[in-house]
Amino acid sequence: MSRKISEESYRKTRSFRLHQWFTGEKDLFLDQVEMKPQEPFTESKKVKKKREKEKQKMLDQIYNLERNRKTGPFQTLYRVVSVLFCICMVSLFLVAVSYLPPLGDAGNPANNEVPQRYIENGLQETGAVNIVTGMILDYRAFDTLGESHVLFIATCAVLILLRLDGNKKKLQEEEASDSAHEPENDVILQTVAKIVVPPIMIFGIYVILGGHLGPGGGFSGGAIIGAGLILYLNAFGFEKTERFFTAKTYKWMCFGALGCYCLAKSYSFFTGANHIESIIPLGTPGAILSSGLILILNICVGIVVAGTMYTFYVMFRKGGF
Amino acid sequence: MQIFMYILLGFLVVCAIAVSVSRNLLNAIAIFMSYSLVMSVIWLLLESPDLAITEAAVGAGVTSVLFFITLKKIHAMIEMDDGGKKQEEEKEEGENEPEDQ
Repeated sequence: MSRKISEESYRKTRSFRLHQWFTGEKDLFLDQVEMKPQEPFTESKKVKKKREKEKQKMLDQIYNLERNRKTGPFQTLYRVVSVLFCICMVSLFLVAVSYLPPLGDAGNPANNEVPQRYIENGLQETGAVNIVTGMILDYRAFDTLGESHVLFIATCAVLILLRLDGNKKKLQEEEASDSAHEPENDVILQTVAKIVVPPIMIFGIYVILGGHLGPGGGFSGGAIIGAGLILYLNAFGFEKTERFFTAKTYKWMCFGALGCYCLAKSYSFFTGANHIESIIPLGTPGAILSSGLILILNICVGIVVAGTMYTFYVMFRKGGF
Repeated sequence: MQIFMYILLGFLVVCAIAVSVSRNLLNAIAIFMSYSLVMSVIWLLLESPDLAITEAAVGAGVTSVLFFITLKKIHAMIEMDDGGKKQEEEKEEGENEPEDQ
């Protein structure tokens, strides 16, 4: 059953506005979408002077003819020696490669009892369908612990080098100069980010949680989540992300994840794998809640990697959160 | 599939040489990105999807983004534009000078 509506109420409906837009009577996006004109890039005179002075210094050094005449032969020598060194290294590596055993040969030294045991007993002993995850998070879990710590130490080094500590004015200046070239609220980027970021996050979580069932694991999933966070930060700015992710959050996340990993695994390292049987049973292969500790360790590694990626980005851009 | 693999490997070598030869730093990073992308396809063909996912996310995504910020921070992108213009101006001046004499 259809009923007639009055002209005035029809004007309020969406179909009327669509019709208006379609016939070109009125542009609906006029005055609605925020489009700020780009501000010209300005830098203080002092900085500009310093920059030009440095450039001039560099150019003077490059085009200093007398000096160039003296150092010219040495530069040619450097080039010749570097090319020779490169050729030597490349030929050395190629010779080394030629001594490698052929790919997939049954008599290779890698085909001993170790991979045989991994392939035959891996599923029963670790409970992981993806044997690679079973290897790196059960048999060789100590290596992965070291890898997570390497990431943590790398972040510490970046924090030491790039953090502008306790200088709020400088931090604000850095932030202002950082976004000088960009429009304030980029509508296209924000709309795309709104649509794309949730699937990226969900895919990252799926890759982490399904690490023992299929291809994936903590490292790849964490990298995907970190990339999603970076996209979100680019679209919506620091104000939005700092509501849920600050330096303090990162510290506690990393501490929690690495501590959890350490506590879960160092007991069995300490006892030389002669430990009491794990509280978490292996479960049925193929279910998410299977394979004992591997799921928890995957989540720990994923948290560390995602935090590291995001912290790197923020440190490079702004020098502090 | 074998031919496809050889094409990809050739592309990899070309990319690796192009990165070191390219003068524009921005172009070099873009080429490096494509290198990572091709590498992730090769990992997929070598039947290690774990590595393919990581390579695509880290190599083509996060690393290049970090490189881009670094270029921006050291004003390499702006400097490149200025330098190009200045060189062109200098060239024009240099060409004009003999005519005046």
